[in-house]
Amino acid sequence: MPRADFQPVIGLEVHAQLLTRTKLFSRASTSFGAEPNANTLPLCLALPGSLPVLNAAVVELAIRTGLALDCTVNEVSEWSRKHYFYADLPKGFQITQYEHPICEHGGLDVALPGGDKRIRISRIHIEEDAGKSVHDGAAGASLIDLNRAGTPLLEIVSEPDLRSAEEAAEYLRTLRGVLLALGVNDGNLEEGSFRCDANVSVMRHGATAYGTRVELKNLNSFRFVQAAIEVEIDRHVELIESGGAVEQETRLYDPDRNETKAMRSKEDAHDYRYFPEPDLPPLVVSAEAIAAARAALPELPRAKQRRYVSALGLSEADARFLTQEPGSSAFFEAVLQHYRGEAKKAANWMTGELARLRNASGEGRVTPGALAELLTAVDQGRISSNAAKEVLGVVHQSGEAPSAVIAARGLEQVSDTGAIEKVVDEVLAKNAADVAAYRGGNQKLLGHFMGQVMKAMKGKGNPQLASELLKKKLGG
Amino acid sequence: MTLTEAQVRHVAKLARLTLTDAEVAKAQGDLARVLEAVQALDGLDLSAVPPTVQVHPQVVAPEADAPEAPLGVERALANAPAKVGTSFSVPRVIG
Repeated sequence: MPRADFQPVIGLEVHAQLLTRTKLFSRASTSFGAEPNANTLPLCLALPGSLPVLNAAVVELAIRTGLALDCTVNEVSEWSRKHYFYADLPKGFQITQYEHPICEHGGLDVALPGGDKRIRISRIHIEEDAGKSVHDGAAGASLIDLNRAGTPLLEIVSEPDLRSAEEAAEYLRTLRGVLLALGVNDGNLEEGSFRCDANVSVMRHGATAYGTRVELKNLNSFRFVQAAIEVEIDRHVELIESGGAVEQETRLYDPDRNETKAMRSKEDAHDYRYFPEPDLPPLVVSAEAIAAARAALPELPRAKQRRYVSALGLSEADARFLTQEPGSSAFFEAVLQHYRGEAKKAANWMTGELARLRNASGEGRVTPGALAELLTAVDQGRISSNAAKEVLGVVHQSGEAPSAVIAARGLEQVSDTGAIEKVVDEVLAKNAADVAAYRGGNQKLLGHFMGQVMKAMKGKGNPQLASELLKKKLGG
Repeated sequence: MTLTEAQVRHVAKLARLTLTDAEVAKAQGDLARVLEAVQALDGLDLSAVPPTVQVHPQVVAPEADAPEAPLGVERALANAPAKVGTSFSVPRVIG
């Protein structure tokens, strides 16, 4: 029945692992890939007598994120214990921020087909991650690795302002771009350092109350986020249309079957017994620290996009492509440091040929300086666009200087007017009948003459010069 | 003041405790006495005191983000009742 009768309502909770060297409340390393339990100190293991000591870098990154997402940064926030029992949480509680988070009341502008839409962010709080459980490592046992236990996370909670799966995915991409630009998170969904839960409900158009919401977990790619929300919306609509009701619950997305299934039963309804963490004083941030963080904010992707469009004349699509990863925009801006031509031309090569090469065979060895050199050679007529593609392919593999590749492969165009004129004269002399036909009105023959000239010059003649000379001589 | 049997059983379930009926009955009274002790606060006029999570106004400077030497897997696992490789081994938990 008509899904169009229903309005989906979606809010997202993102858990972003902070790029610190040590954990939230201990100086155990957060480095990846160590053997199980190698990165632990007494606090990670919940050994008696161990006490939490806050990591200064975490506070700094949280403030930076809050400011970039237009939040109020609270000068005083508080820590709470959230209790649940699971083998990879040896303390029996997670330290998090509950009633008084560090950042609140923000928003993120998301570029949608109909224009920018502001998605409100209700809060950002700091919390610690749990350890890792491996259920298939030994028969009848679960294996516990506490290397990740205590790793700092930011939970970024949006208001239920998203109205479709596409909007949700775009919000996530935008948020990821901001976190990458800030250097607070590595944006890796597959490895779980950028995780997303979605709260999904539907309401009939015109209704004023939200429907019952379901929390979706296990959305570890942009594609899964979108697909999981889509199937969940369908499930809600079908349930309601068939006279049933949506139950408030947590569901897990199964990408293989493209369906969601209930994860926790109602009986185990959350009762986390939050209370203030007695081992930590309130988190106090000075107004000076907030002002300093604000002054140090980098240009964010959306601002960069607008600048690329308005000041550099790029298309909206190219501007977005170049600002998805900080590395791309840095590369693009470095090219412009060396290249005096149109920025749009540099963008076209980055989003076109260079992106194609990188998709096919990895990052490659093209430097901004090399791309600038190549573009300049094209602008000066030293090589053709086609030859430039060939050169770029070689540079991508070998890292050689474009000038060396052009010389080694003999790709330099002949732009010497005298040399081209000589060939043009020869071609016209050999084709007297065609010349008469051209002058008699058969303008199509110009292409034929061009072909002859280029053939005689083994493809190295500057086509623009050749064409100009041909027209001049034929007109005379 | 006394807690209901259902309240005690709920709290026991959250704490993963299995209580006998006698223990439930005893806990009804024991837990009630804890609450009564805190109830003494009701006798104070706190209308001018903002909600406070900690009474000590200390400000502790956060620590620099510099790693310390870890315990090492041997010491970390020294008290583990069971282990596989360098992982703790626990009765299988189905995620």
